Amino acid sequence: MGAAVIVKGLKKTFNLRHSHSLKETLVWLVKGRKGELTKKFDALHDVSFEIQPGETVALLGFNGSGKSTLLKLISGVILPDQGTVRTKGRVAGLIEVGAGFHPDLSGRENVYLNAAILGMSEQEIQDKFDDIVAFSEIEQFIDTEVKFYSSGMFLRLAFAVAVHTQPDIFLVDEILAVGDEPFQRKCLAKIKQLSDEGRTLVVVSHDLDMIARICDRGVVLSSGTVQFEGPADQAVAWLRERN
Amino acid sequence: MSNSTDTYAVPGVGAGLLDVYRRRYLLKLIVRKELRVRYRGSVLGLAWSYVKPLVQYVVLFFALGIVLRVGDQIPNYALYMFSGVIVINFFSEAFSNATRSIVSNAALVKKIYLPRELFPVASVWVAAVHFLPQLIVLLAAALLSGWHPDISQLFGALLGFVIVAVTATGLGLLAGAINVFFRDAENIVDMLMMIVTWTSPVLYDWTMIRRLAAPWVLTIYQLNPITVAVELFHWAFWYPTVNQPVELPPHLLITGFIGLGMAALFLVIGQIVFRRLEGHFAQEV
Repeated sequence: MGAAVIVKGLKKTFNLRHSHSLKETLVWLVKGRKGELTKKFDALHDVSFEIQPGETVALLGFNGSGKSTLLKLISGVILPDQGTVRTKGRVAGLIEVGAGFHPDLSGRENVYLNAAILGMSEQEIQDKFDDIVAFSEIEQFIDTEVKFYSSGMFLRLAFAVAVHTQPDIFLVDEILAVGDEPFQRKCLAKIKQLSDEGRTLVVVSHDLDMIARICDRGVVLSSGTVQFEGPADQAVAWLRERN
Repeated sequence: MSNSTDTYAVPGVGAGLLDVYRRRYLLKLIVRKELRVRYRGSVLGLAWSYVKPLVQYVVLFFALGIVLRVGDQIPNYALYMFSGVIVINFFSEAFSNATRSIVSNAALVKKIYLPRELFPVASVWVAAVHFLPQLIVLLAAALLSGWHPDISQLFGALLGFVIVAVTATGLGLLAGAINVFFRDAENIVDMLMMIVTWTSPVLYDWTMIRRLAAPWVLTIYQLNPITVAVELFHWAFWYPTVNQPVELPPHLLITGFIGLGMAALFLVIGQIVFRRLEGHFAQEV
């Protein structure tokens, strides 16, 4: 049994200035392509690592270090300019809580839509629906349109859907700060449970204490390259030293 | 995304339209969402899809049929026009919404990977849902005018519908992908939609073009898949109600299959361009 996620020689470059007008581009072409149309920025440069099945790995680093870009590359939202990403099994990427939620649909409709977006079949959703609603603790409001939800209710429901999608690889970006203290505890317990079931977790967070508590391993990124790789508590210590 | 646990998958690279078929339950939910969101807070709801074409139709019929008297040369002009107008309505709604579909779903495209072809395809489905009530009105009008189609004419109508749906999907994939990079695409498409009513025999008939244009121009005119679909609809819904001799374009079914071939070509081109550009959607949209 090989690694669950293999990242090799990854490079990602972004355009700093986006030209959305045909006119500007045509002018640039007519002038004989003088200069670069847009400035480039290397978000990731030669990043390689492997994640074993069942591991809980944190991606660490300060703002702008390339953590979220890496997570988006693993989930397939964006494609690398160089290098390869390979994943084994079903991937559920939670780049943002409730990304697939629509404010004008009811909680119930959003659960179905979002679960299907995350890759669940109709049967799976029907089987899990009651569990999802129970986990979110908002039974009473499930047929209310989501735009009337408080932000806490919204996050609870979105998180509840995500943790019930049963992925093999679960990518989580900065969403563990969900709801009040008791709900947060419940979320962490659920994440622990997913990990105990042998699922692979990749977590991006700035909450270093929590990372040291729940993750096995940490990968520290800085200006788009891997600076440190090792046990989570050491990775956290390494990052704190440079703070 | 793959359900297999023993082979490696490349994230973000899907099977295109095949993935849309595989995830048809999600497609159904997206179509339902679009319909629900479109008519939120509106009293008439889906009835708007009757009201809007009806008003447009009444205006056209009054201006062309009664004031300009185009209808004098075409028997049963009201039905002739309506059977063409609903084809154009279907096409222009499907095409222009598909063109906007990626940009208007930017929130999802940026955050979660799913087959992005879902959005243009869903737009075409939504347009088809709006087409249905118009078709029912057309059927009622045809029945009132003594409609008695044969089986090949009904097949022709189905063929026409498929041609329009496939063409709109193909062009929608193409323009929708380009629109991510150049928002000019949606304006170009809007402009084309103003022209498309006139480049097909919707308000006049094809013999008027034959009188004016060179034979090769007429051939190109008739190769337009939308023209093919409009003529197939005339054949299916209008022709059986006409009692006097009228001249239909020759070889309608053969032209129909050529039109289907053209539509398939658009679909292939649209899918190829879409896949080429798809990798940059999330960062550019």
